[in-house]
Amino acid sequence: MGSNMAEAHPVGFQWVLEAKARGATVIHIDPRFTRTSALADVHVAIRAGSDIAFLGGVIKHVLDNELDFREYVVAYTNASFLLTDEYQDTEDLDGLFSGYEPESASYDPRSWRYRSADPAQHLGGFDAGEAKETGIGHQLGSGGPRLEGVTGDIAADPTLQDPRCVYQVLKRHFARYTPEMVEQVCGVPRAQFARVCEAWTRNSGRERTSAVVYAVGWTQHTTGAQNIRAASILQLLLGQIGRPGGGIMAMRGHASIQGSTDIPTLYNLLPGYLPMPSARTHTDLTSYVESVRADKQKGFWRNADAYLVSLLKEYWGDAATADNDYCFDYLPRIDGDHGTYRTAMDMVDGKVFGYFLLGQNPAVGSVNGRVQRLGLANLDWLVVRDLVMIESASFWKDGPEIETGEITPENCRTEVFFFPAASHVEKEGTFTNTQRMLQWRERAVEPKGDQRSDLWFMYHLGRRLRERLAASTDERDRPLLDLAWDYDAPGGEPSAEDVLRRVSGHDLTTGRLVDGYLELKADGSTSCGCWIYSGVFAGGLNHAARRTSRLDQDLYAHEWGWVWPYNRRILYNRASADPEGRPWSERKACVWWDASRAEWVGEDVPDFERSKPPDYVPPGDAVGPAALRGDDPFVMQADGKGWLFAPSGLVDGPLPTHYEPRESPVRNLLYGQQASPTRKDYARPDNPLNPVQSRVFPYILTTARLTEHHTAGGMSRHLPYLAELQPALTVEVSPELARERGLEHLGWAHVITSRTAVEARVLVTDRLVPLRVAGRVVHQVWMPYHWGNVGLVVGDVVNDLFGITAEPNVLIQESKVASCDVRPGRRPRGPELLEYVAAYRRRAAAEDPEHGEAAAT
Amino acid sequence: MSTDHEPGRHRLYGRLDDPAADAGHVEHPPRVGFFTDTSVCIGCKACEVACKEWNLVPDDGMNLLGMSLDNSGMLGANTWRHVAFIEREAPLGGQVSGVEGMPTGASGVAHMEATVAAGLRDTERGGGELGTTTVDLGMPSLSLPGAATGAESRTDFSWLMMSDVCKHCTHAACLDVCPTGALFRTEFGTVVVQQDICNGCGYCVSGCPFGVIDRRPQDGRANKCTLCYDRLQDGLEPACAKACPTESIQFGPLDELRERAAARVEQLHERGVPEARLYGEDPDDGIGGSAAFFLLLDEPEVYGLPPDPIVASRDLVDMWRHAGAACAAFVTAAVAVFVAAGRR
Repeated sequence: MGSNMAEAHPVGFQWVLEAKARGATVIHIDPRFTRTSALADVHVAIRAGSDIAFLGGVIKHVLDNELDFREYVVAYTNASFLLTDEYQDTEDLDGLFSGYEPESASYDPRSWRYRSADPAQHLGGFDAGEAKETGIGHQLGSGGPRLEGVTGDIAADPTLQDPRCVYQVLKRHFARYTPEMVEQVCGVPRAQFARVCEAWTRNSGRERTSAVVYAVGWTQHTTGAQNIRAASILQLLLGQIGRPGGGIMAMRGHASIQGSTDIPTLYNLLPGYLPMPSARTHTDLTSYVESVRADKQKGFWRNADAYLVSLLKEYWGDAATADNDYCFDYLPRIDGDHGTYRTAMDMVDGKVFGYFLLGQNPAVGSVNGRVQRLGLANLDWLVVRDLVMIESASFWKDGPEIETGEITPENCRTEVFFFPAASHVEKEGTFTNTQRMLQWRERAVEPKGDQRSDLWFMYHLGRRLRERLAASTDERDRPLLDLAWDYDAPGGEPSAEDVLRRVSGHDLTTGRLVDGYLELKADGSTSCGCWIYSGVFAGGLNHAARRTSRLDQDLYAHEWGWVWPYNRRILYNRASADPEGRPWSERKACVWWDASRAEWVGEDVPDFERSKPPDYVPPGDAVGPAALRGDDPFVMQADGKGWLFAPSGLVDGPLPTHYEPRESPVRNLLYGQQASPTRKDYARPDNPLNPVQSRVFPYILTTARLTEHHTAGGMSRHLPYLAELQPALTVEVSPELARERGLEHLGWAHVITSRTAVEARVLVTDRLVPLRVAGRVVHQVWMPYHWGNVGLVVGDVVNDLFGITAEPNVLIQESKVASCDVRPGRRPRGPELLEYVAAYRRRAAAEDPEHGEAAAT
Repeated sequence: MSTDHEPGRHRLYGRLDDPAADAGHVEHPPRVGFFTDTSVCIGCKACEVACKEWNLVPDDGMNLLGMSLDNSGMLGANTWRHVAFIEREAPLGGQVSGVEGMPTGASGVAHMEATVAAGLRDTERGGGELGTTTVDLGMPSLSLPGAATGAESRTDFSWLMMSDVCKHCTHAACLDVCPTGALFRTEFGTVVVQQDICNGCGYCVSGCPFGVIDRRPQDGRANKCTLCYDRLQDGLEPACAKACPTESIQFGPLDELRERAAARVEQLHERGVPEARLYGEDPDDGIGGSAAFFLLLDEPEVYGLPPDPIVASRDLVDMWRHAGAACAAFVTAAVAVFVAAGRR
């Protein structure tokens, strides 16, 4: 669901087909019949943006029929924990949870706490407004959310009968997600829905497991994080987390996107999902550590201080001492939303002067491309490093705004510096894939001409800046000058192995490489560039480079690459055994307690303290890992349990709830609340939004990739062998919509939103079907988003059609669903295009019954 | 001529177990080929790209064909692997398409096919006349989608994909008719063109029962899949098979592939896919079986394959025999005339 795996991840899809060959049933739930559907056993056409309604229906099916894996649920999840009487559900508040603050459009989550938690300490210095501004959801990439007072006994009802226990709250919350409602909201006929429920639950439990695969079809929505939460609830109820063949797989956008959040290129994160310090609350190291983790919490996240201090020691070396808080003050601070879209709008507004684009093409790949390009055109300088001259480097002379007169090359003030980059085969380093696996790449060929690796660029940029500032006495230059910028760089090319060694970490007292994060200390005696990667170079061996054949090693191939943390292939695999430490079934055995050896053993590296017996009960005053019981498998969570209900950590509610997309053609049938109440709107004239339930924009637009092209096209539209396979931008429509709008196969059509109109050749295809939603027929339109104005094959930028509306937890844009109109023929050109779209906006304002912000709240 | 043929048969037609030996390779490696299992093809076209990368085949022009997601159209001088995409109103065994119960109208498949067929008809190929000049295939048709079909609402759908390639026939007409010896049978039993010998006559193009071989517009010489002859000589598998992520394209000794294919068909039948059938694997068919054969999920015609291909040179021997007899008759007649005249 939310993934077109065969097309976007064809190499990984071989394993789905391998599973199918061994008897697995493959179900593909997607708005279109894609190349993935063609190989699936079952395809279900669904309305884009209705995933929670569908998954909520499956959850209800499981709960109503008591199909949950009860022993697992009681022992390993928070199903039995009791909530306070203050907590109010969407059932009580017509689509809102308790704690909603309309002024900031955010939640105070204090009422979501467990009954036994101290309300004053539940969340420490949590600020709902700030949490939403800074995308705190990103910080939960490895450790669970902060939760105070969960080390001892938590008030619970193991019979799951108490009306305030999580299980019963869950039951009430999803009570209205009936098959009839699923049919009305998602457009999925009841018989098809029943088929999915039956297949999913039949293949789950003690003996069997099912896996869920998703991609940006789930994340790029205003309910993105909650889409995945809904799947997590289902997989926990069915006992499929921490067990072989279960789990939830995120298909990442391209090579090492996982790596780029582990060691982040995000404004709000430090390596290992440590939050970037806040200017408001993190005045020193102590205040930072106290707000990142709780004192009375379980698990390994409580040692966050050791992870941070080791990182600071890696950054600033000998300059980082206990006396100066290990240079904590050198870290940048954030004071709000500095995400990519906020920054683009700040560029338009003249608040940003310089910008680096490294391997990114926002002029094509980001939504509301016009804002992106107008922002790029309003800088002092712009540095672009890429394989080819991309649209984001040439917008000033050939972008779409030249034609409309909004940018004139002579007057564009931005000075663009284009640096040719070395490709992945021209440099060494690691990729981290969706399985958290680091795989080392050798350099296959030398880069040509002036092409350089990213490491080279960053290393020498830092070196030159430090040389320029060497004589500076200005305090603000100290962070740069004190950096331990002393990587091995034979012949000027920095050694990626040396970088990986430092990422893995050292014991500074002996100089030895550490074996893993359990050795990291908060006293400055260890250094580590990313605590979750700690151990990738243990013993001086580049574990990421290991390539032992699967035929010559164990079942889980532990000697192929290295998986964080500690080379564990299945996270939380303690849950693959029952509370007594025995495998739930022989068929699904993974790790188990060996009483004779008094340790955890099995096929995988146990994700548990090796010698902690299954019946272990910690003393009352224990904290951190020591506070974990022998049956607390979720060792990064503050309470050691899998969360059906999230008492903290989410900005938009403790349970997934169906809200309509920002631009929906229908009313929310489930609640009075139409769209996500905490979504982030950026209301400004250059980001106009379509009215809700618009008659002027009656169709649903969704986008995705084609196998033949890669993201914004920089790596495919310039290559003849790929470009010829998909040489033109197309728009896929059903035969029914083609008749309705007079569209002909291979003829021209243009798609219109409040932002712009984009023209494309029409593909009339049976792969799209109309849906019956809320009693009427709704059409979906699909476009690939790879085209721009540079390359062997060119076309309009599809992302220009989308407005900027963000999901509140991680600030991802809603780019998988919008409303639109489709008309035959080509779009107007030049200034006439602007007028044409403006006329559409005027018409929508006049004709559509419910216009603007009010309708969406 | 060799003597191991059945009575009434000859080396240009009929069963022939060892074409490499027949071509004079006394000691040779086992005959190799492709088994292309279309039931696991995901239409990624990695085979098309890998083929061009390895064999330095030029691009075929940036033309939107729009036959579903296929823009290559057909095999040709510059397309040695071609992935066909077939959209069908029909169900596929063992699959639930999700069309059932939806508010559908008539299918658009006929509209798509008619529109694209018009474009394809205009595509010049290197056979009749030189060049495969690219054309804009995007002319809108006059009929609206679904207008030509009888059904009021579609109820099912399936999508077939198939990577097509030169069949490397046991009896290869292209080779038989080549006047220059540019086409030859390798020690692996495959059929390869030597461009430096080819004179561009085009006989091979009209000889191929599958429309595979074609002349390259750039130089007029015949081109087609070599089954990566250079890679085979170095003990490597062909580029397309190497690149295929799902093992839809399987390379190996032909005997093994035939066994594997038979087992796969049986497995699919057991799993409720009665449509599964093999194409080109039968050594007794009109081309003596092909080294590149396929598991299909519908009739061959649906994929653009001839249902019963026959080597064009099947009747060559008979034709020569008849021609010889005719000549003899003429000679006899002529002599008779002179004899008769002499009697005067």
